[in-house]
Amino acid sequence: MSSALRNISHLTAARLRDRIHTQIQNEKILHVKKKIDKGSSKKISWHVRIQRSRGWSGLSLRELWSFRDLFWILAMRDVKLRYKQTALGVTWVILQPILTSGIFAVIFGVLAKLPSDDSPYLLFAFAGTLPWTLFAQSLQRAGSSLVSGREMISKVYFPRLILPISSSISVLVDFLVGLVSISVLFLIYKVPLTWNLLAIPGLVFVNLLIAIGVSFWISAFSVHYRDFIYALPFLIQAWMYASPVAYASSIVPDQWMALYSLNPMVGIIEGFRWALLGQGEFSWISFGISLAAGLVVFALGALVFRRVERGFADVI
Amino acid sequence: MSDLAISIQNISKVYRIDPTTGGAASRTLQEDLVNFAKNPLRRTTSSKKQEIWALNDVSFDVHEGEVIGLIGRNGAGKSTLLKILSRITEPTHGFADIFGRVGSLLEVGTGFHTELTGRENIYLSGAILGMRKAEIDRKFDQIVEFSGVSKFIETPVKRYSSGMAVRLAFAVAAHLDPEILLVDEVLAVGDASFQKKSLGKMSEVAESGRTVIFVSHNMGAIKNLCTRAVLLDGGKALVDGDVDHVVQEYLITASEKGEWHTEIADREDRQGSGALRFTGFQLRGSNGSTVEAAVAGEAVEFVLQFQCNSEKIQNASIMIWLRDAFTKGLLRLGTELTAQSFNELPQEGKIICRVPRFSLRPGRYFIDLGADIDGVKADRVIRAVTLDVVGGDFYGSGKVPLHPNDGDLLCEHSWRLG
Repeated sequence: MSSALRNISHLTAARLRDRIHTQIQNEKILHVKKKIDKGSSKKISWHVRIQRSRGWSGLSLRELWSFRDLFWILAMRDVKLRYKQTALGVTWVILQPILTSGIFAVIFGVLAKLPSDDSPYLLFAFAGTLPWTLFAQSLQRAGSSLVSGREMISKVYFPRLILPISSSISVLVDFLVGLVSISVLFLIYKVPLTWNLLAIPGLVFVNLLIAIGVSFWISAFSVHYRDFIYALPFLIQAWMYASPVAYASSIVPDQWMALYSLNPMVGIIEGFRWALLGQGEFSWISFGISLAAGLVVFALGALVFRRVERGFADVI
Repeated sequence: MSDLAISIQNISKVYRIDPTTGGAASRTLQEDLVNFAKNPLRRTTSSKKQEIWALNDVSFDVHEGEVIGLIGRNGAGKSTLLKILSRITEPTHGFADIFGRVGSLLEVGTGFHTELTGRENIYLSGAILGMRKAEIDRKFDQIVEFSGVSKFIETPVKRYSSGMAVRLAFAVAAHLDPEILLVDEVLAVGDASFQKKSLGKMSEVAESGRTVIFVSHNMGAIKNLCTRAVLLDGGKALVDGDVDHVVQEYLITASEKGEWHTEIADREDRQGSGALRFTGFQLRGSNGSTVEAAVAGEAVEFVLQFQCNSEKIQNASIMIWLRDAFTKGLLRLGTELTAQSFNELPQEGKIICRVPRFSLRPGRYFIDLGADIDGVKADRVIRAVTLDVVGGDFYGSGKVPLHPNDGDLLCEHSWRLG
């Protein structure tokens, strides 16, 4: 009997406590509301409630927009550092894709005698290397952007998404330098310019969309698994061989073609070849797959990133 | 009562630490894959984790224009609270409402990159701290002028001395213009004159009617800048109230344990021949036991540990300077003043200086140490240790002046009608 009594009294005490607590909370909220209402007379530029967030939250574009200067300044920092720190500077950025394409041209064009759809193999490989480098470098840099920016993350608040996005954007400068060098190759090989070139901005956009989307996953993952960054180069390399960078997608056997074209980079690289070298038909289906995959990867990546970013400062 | 600026409600923060990984919160993929392969049904995260309550049910309100000092020992939760309020990390329980744009200054020079020039770093650091580019453009000249490095503004920061880099970094931060400012121990950087300048800037901010939460171990600065203070201990808000009262409370709890300051031995920025070097410092109270703070009006002993690098040291004179936060000299204690000197010092040993009645007002002071051998400078350590003084009963009346304008010295005196 006594235990039952004790239970009851225990229950009431707990209830009473809860009620008092709720009352205090309500008063508090009322006070806060008053404060917000008064905002009309006295300006309150900002009100935030800081608490543990639960569930999924979307991209807050408005907040990202308010930090747009930081995007730009961080991207410029990355560019400046890259061009200052390397002894060869711009030369390196020009040489790298040319050397890579040269190796591809020798191994796949001269030795393996793979078809290059009637273009010089060097040009053909270059047209694939250019968008691929943009993609691979974004993954590489954006993937490590959080870990290398850990000092900032643990000391300042800003939307964490800025870090991977701005480092992807900084790779765009390398890409532009690459475009200049390919136009020199165009002159040497006397390749005629076509209206197809106008498609490049659209292709670059989708290319970046996929790259940034994948970077969201990679960077979030690399915060929690510090050794993931070592696995990344292998992943990127495997992905490269699954994309028509060094070879033409026409050599892929028909029975594999459906699976092959699920790789969103296939559409992008083929699109670049069409735009730069003017060969073949533009495949709306491949481009559609790339765009759809890009949107999905980006949106899901942003969601996952936003979900795990809450713990970054504690883990990093 | 003015309007609320910050309302902190029952905030707690729990860190889960896995003792098996040595406290690291990030894991390796390799480990998790191996664990998963061994035992796929058990969640790998369920390993025995320890919970650490960095903050435990902390509540207080801050009103507009208030300047609040947050004090407490290392690990009391001060920095965690600032991190929560500046949205770097989330609270585990509870919430806080913030009315106004928050600027936080948890570290000077966040985001600075040594390869970039001073100019580039101003923009970078300013943007990271939340300034718009146009705002930095507008304040650029002021920032450069405040930092005093205008001649080197196009030079990469890696060529700066560490003092210059810190000055530039602080100059950017000092020109933040938020309604609510959160500041963590940033005044403990730079040389003395720059510290004075930054302290001045801070009081300017405090007087401009902005809301400030200020974390510092410098009790003098806290008392100068703040009207109210909150004492955190073990994640809980222990005392909240008038700054003098809370500081007093803190110093009393802090004086309970004292230890050897052996970090002096590692100091590189010392002067002198090195024939004798100070390697440790300890404070002892009236009964000879180790204390962390001196008590005004009671006996105190400064114990200096030393090492001699040459044999047969003759005619060693030792000196101690006590200075305030602005490096103004308050007292000099020295063997030459008491007409003493030490001969035939051992390789290692201790020299003790006893002050029968300590006569500095409660507060935080800094101690410089010096030794001369035969009139030649052997060792100088500037700011070797900090010295906290807590209020005792110097005058036998239970009263001690607490206001900063009352000066730092206590002196025996009496009054009579003449």
